[in-house]
Formats: sequence, structure tokens, C-alpha cells
Amino acid sequence: MTLRVKDLKVYYQTLRGDVHALDGVTFDLADGEIMGLAGESGCGKSTLGKSLIRLDSRMRHVGGSIELDGKDLPIADDDAMVPFRYHEISLIPQYAMSALNPTRKIGRMINELLRARGLRPADIAEELERRLELVGLDTDVLNRFPIELSGGMKQRVVMVMSTLLNPSLLIADEATSALDVSTQRSVAESMVEFRDRGYVKSMVFVTHDISLVYQMADTIMVMYAGRIAEKASTSTIINNPQHPYTQMLISALPEVGSTAEETRLEGIPGTPPGLLHPPTGCRFKDRCPMAFSKCNEQPPLLEIEPGHWAACWKTG
Amino acid sequence: MWRYIGRKLAVYLLTFVVAVTINWMIPRFMPGDPVRSMLSRASISDPEALERMNSYYNEVFGLDTPLWQQYLSFWAGLFRGDLGISIMLYPEPVIDIILRSVPYTLAVLLPAIILSWIVGNRFGAFAARSKILDNTILPVGYVLTATPYMWLALLFAWAMGVVLGWFPVSGGYSYSLRPAFSGEFVWDLVMHWFLPFLSMFVVALGGWAIGMRNMIIYELEADYSNYLQALGAPRKLIRRYAFRNAMLPQITGLAVQLGTIIAGALLTEIVFNYPGLGSLILDSLTNRDFFLLQGIFLFVVVGVLIANFIIDIVYVLVDPRTRVQMTGGAA
Ligand SMILES: Nc1ncnc2c1ncn2[C@@H]1O[C@H](COP(=O)(O)OP(=O)(O)OP(=O)(O)O)[C@@H](O)[C@H]1O
Ligand code: SF4
Ligand SMILES: [Mg+2]
Repeated sequence: MTLRVKDLKVYYQTLRGDVHALDGVTFDLADGEIMGLAGESGCGKSTLGKSLIRLDSRMRHVGGSIELDGKDLPIADDDAMVPFRYHEISLIPQYAMSALNPTRKIGRMINELLRARGLRPADIAEELERRLELVGLDTDVLNRFPIELSGGMKQRVVMVMSTLLNPSLLIADEATSALDVSTQRSVAESMVEFRDRGYVKSMVFVTHDISLVYQMADTIMVMYAGRIAEKASTSTIINNPQHPYTQMLISALPEVGSTAEETRLEGIPGTPPGLLHPPTGCRFKDRCPMAFSKCNEQPPLLEIEPGHWAACWKTG
Repeated sequence: MWRYIGRKLAVYLLTFVVAVTINWMIPRFMPGDPVRSMLSRASISDPEALERMNSYYNEVFGLDTPLWQQYLSFWAGLFRGDLGISIMLYPEPVIDIILRSVPYTLAVLLPAIILSWIVGNRFGAFAARSKILDNTILPVGYVLTATPYMWLALLFAWAMGVVLGWFPVSGGYSYSLRPAFSGEFVWDLVMHWFLPFLSMFVVALGGWAIGMRNMIIYELEADYSNYLQALGAPRKLIRRYAFRNAMLPQITGLAVQLGTIIAGALLTEIVFNYPGLGSLILDSLTNRDFFLLQGIFLFVVVGVLIANFIIDIVYVLVDPRTRVQMTGGAA
């Protein structure tokens, strides 16, 4: 098992109180698994992604644990996390367009980073060039400044750079959202290829767009208001979702695989609850057409069939 | 790159020509014939000298030559370094008077600008690093930038000159000394130079420190900083990038601020009665010496243009992005 997250709670500290952005999140990620992470805006996807690599100054680890390849991740301790970063856990940020220092040539920036992480750039140079070519880039990009690259090229550079040390876990947060559709697809394909070649062991791919992950992900996890609603293989989520929220999410898709914009996640009436004072019981109950009295208690996340987890009183 | 410099040069030349032309036009097209009234007010008792002066100005502003000819001869004179004859110190050429004052102004201005920029940026970068420093440097910086040049100069003159008596508060050197290349004279020069320099330096310092601090904090929150942090890059590397990237807007800031700084320098000179261009402006104004004033303005304009040009070039050299765009390397 690569990644094991247990009852993870991470809150944002604000002047008005704690925002319960992750409120008891539990899941496993197997070796070689690419997991799509979906859910409405504000449900905590990015928070989960950040929790796995670096908490920002307002995030507080309240409870739960994360285990990677059998080792506990000290996520609350910024310094203790450093050895894991890049070597074991890496990320492709949402802002890949602006993730490169604008005043450094790309090759020089990579070398400086490697050296700062105690590695010899010369040892890795060959591999770096091979991987650049693999994603369809000329090795000449190393002699260029970020401004000289198109968005898709920068995205690929970041992808190669992030995975250069063969991390166990790669987090890609909306990594392709800023790209046009065909570039999105080829970047997604490259990611799968990286996994197949063992450059990364497993991957969490955060997205709004189920129709994009569905082509590349092995499993899909759906979050709702800081909790897991359902996790299962991609085909199960698409064809046979059990949680009422997932069902509505999927039926709101115009047609799986098509790429028409928006409309998708807006098909569900109502809005998710605020996370400053989350409601008790099932967090979906205000919008759930199947809600009944029992839903005033919080439904546990149960494995309803092998590899298929859901948190709903109706599916239990 | 060279094409870029050439283009910039052309723009600056054009600005120069426009400035000179305006400079030429003002005394000629101003209502009320300022030249003539200036002459009539000039306090020269010797009628012969007045006669010579009159014929000289008649020649320069002569009605018998067409305007374009006057304009051309003005340019020709400019290239010969001939800016006319001063009234205040008749018959000394304007250019000589100006050249005598310029070293004093430059001696205060250049070190004040360069040192305040360097030290201010260092302080600012420092402040961005620690809360305690930030809480002290920031308010001090704000107070300093809000301080008018003149006021701080007066304060320094009063505190360190009058009360403590450490430094002389007036002039470029003591009148009891004759200009010479002796240790005593040089020391005297330095003592007179110090307060004007210090007040310029201190006022400019705060602005640079605040600017740098804000820029660094901004850069440290930039996406590339976040990305590097997530990849476990040490603070040192991220700070180095942030510092360098924050420097670039500070260079532009220098170009933008130049006018204000020079104006401040001129005021500071007046406070300390320092024999640079600032005091000269005041003198020529009180004596209504138009030619001298015109010459000084021309000098200041040229100085600002040259300084801006240099900053432009420096910016290109340190910012790879502009360099890249210039060589047309963008993909
Ligand atoms: N810095 C912050 N301070 C306070 N609350 C925050 C902060 N960042 C996020 N939140 C809250 O935490 C919750 C989860 O945010 P998160 O960014 O993880 O959502 P997300 O699922 O990634 O949304 P999106 O799809 O829009 O990116 C949201 O309700 C948000 O309002
Ligand atoms: S637990 Fe109840 S409210 Fe929640 S999703 Fe299931 S049926 Fe709906
Ligand atoms: Mg997000």
C-alpha cells in the first residue's frame, strides 16, 4: 500500500473560527494507482492535496495520520517534512504556468534546485533530457527562460521537473485546467505514461472535470464538504455510483467523455454547507432527495463491496 | 539588443530636442517681453557695460533675424557650449558658472542616490525576513519617506550643525580657506558636504527599504516560491530568487523617482547654501537671470535624460525577460 490516510482533519484558522476543510478523511491509494479526486468547488480537494505535501501557514493539522510506504508523514512539522518532499512526494501545481522563476533559465533553475536538495545535477542531466524528449520537448528548453515557452510547454517542463526523482506519490491539482482540450489530453497521457514507466508510483489527480479523469484514472474519489462521499474504480463511479451525491454528479454530466464546459457540476440544486460550522449528521442531507430520519447521524464510510467505499445510510 | 539601445537612444534624443526647443521658446514667446524687462531691471551702473549688454541681447533675441535663424544659432551655440552670458555675473558665460556648480551637486546627488538605493534595498530585504526588524524598520521607513527633504535638512542642520556643532551648516567650504589641493581644504570640503549628503541619503533610504520589503514579501508569496517550497527547496534558495526578482522593479523605481530626488537635492542645497545647481537656481531667480536659469534647466534635463538612459540599459542587462524579448527569442 503506497498511501494510507486515516481520519485526517485539517482546519483553516480564520478570525471567525476554524474552517473544517478536511473533517475525517480516510482512504488508501495502492501502488500504481491513479486516483481522480472530484467534487464541487470548496469541498476540500486542494486542502487534501496540500496536506499531503505542505501545509500553508493557516492550515492546522487537527487529527488523523498519513502513512506513505509504511512511514508516518509528520505533516504538522514543516522541517521534518522536507526530506519527504520532492524525493517521496511531489506535486504539479495548478499554477504550473507561473511555477518557474521568470528570471532563471529553466535548466539553471532545475540544477539549482537539485543542488539545494543535495544532488549532483550532472548525475541526473541525462535522465532529464531523456524525459524532456519523452514528453515531446526539445532539450533546448533548458537554455530558455519560462517566458519563451507556451503554456503547454511550461506544464510539461513542470511535470518532468516534479517527477525527476521518481517520487512515490505525485499530486496534480487541476494540473491541466489552464490548458486547451487537446493539450490537456496529451499532458494527461504523459502522466499515465510516467506512471507506466515507474517515474511515479501513484498519483492523486485533482479535478473539477470528471470527464477528464475518467480517461486516465484507475479510481475516482468523490468528496463532499470536507468528507469522502464515495471511492471506487472509475468504471463503477461512472456506471454504477451508489452515493446519492455521486449519482447526481454523474447524471449532471452532459455526456461522459464529452468536453462541453461548465454545466456539469451545476446540475445539482442547492449549495454545499459552509465549513465554518458544518452541520451534524450527513452533510449532504439538505440536498439529498433520499434523506430520511437516520441521516441526522453521520454515516460511516464503509466498504460496500471490495474496493468500493461509500458514506451513506442508504448504501450501507 | 543594439537595436533596442538604438531605439531608446532615438527616443531620448527626441526628448532632448523637445526640451531644448521649449527652453528656447519660453523667453521668446512669453508675454510681456521678459528679456527686456530683465535687462531694464539688471542692476548695472556702468552705462557702457549696459550698452554692451543691450547690444548683445539684441543680437541674440534680435528682431532683424528670422526666428528659424535664431533657433538654429541657438543650437549651434549649444554645441559650442555657448549658453549665453550671465546677467547676474556679467560678463561671465553661463556655461562656466554652471560647470563650477555641477561638481557640488553631483558630489551630493550621486552618492546619496546610489548608497540610499543599495542600503535601502538591503534593509528592506532584511526587514522582510524577520518580524521584529519589520516592526521597527517599517514605521521608521514610512516616517522617512513622508519627511520632506527640506524639513529633514533643516532638522539636521539644526541638530548636528547648530546644537552639536559637529558640522558646518552653510557653504561648500570655509571662506577663510582658499581652494587648494591640500589636506586641510579637502577635509573642509568633506565636512561641508556631509550634512547635505546625509539628509538626502536618509530621506531616500526609507522609500527604498519599504519598496524592497513589500516586493520581497510579494515575491515570497509568488507561485514559483510556493512551488519550490513544496519541493523542499531551502529558504536560502527561495530568498535568493525573491531578492533578485524584487530588485528589478526597484531599478524601474529608481528611474521613476529620479526627478523627485533631483528636486529634493536642489532644495537641500538651498537649505545648506551649498554652492551647487540648486543654490544657483535660487540666485538666478532672485536676480532674474534668465540665461543662467535657462542654462541650468537645460543641464538638469540632460542630466535626468542621461541617468534614465543608464538605468534603462542596466535594467536590460539584469532582466533576462527584456533581453529575451529584444533578441526576438520568444517562441
Ligand atoms: N486560506 C483559507 N482560509 C480559510 N478557509 C479556506 C482557505 N483556503 C480554503 N478555505 C476553505 O476550505 C474549504 C476547502 O477549500 P479547497 O481549496 O480545498 O477547495 P477545493 O475543493 O480545492 O475547491 P476548488 O475546486 O474550487 O479548487 C473551502 O470551503 C474554502 O472556503
Ligand atoms: S446519508 Fe442520507 S442524506 Fe446522506 S447521502 Fe445518504 S441518504 Fe442522503
Ligand atoms: Mg482547489
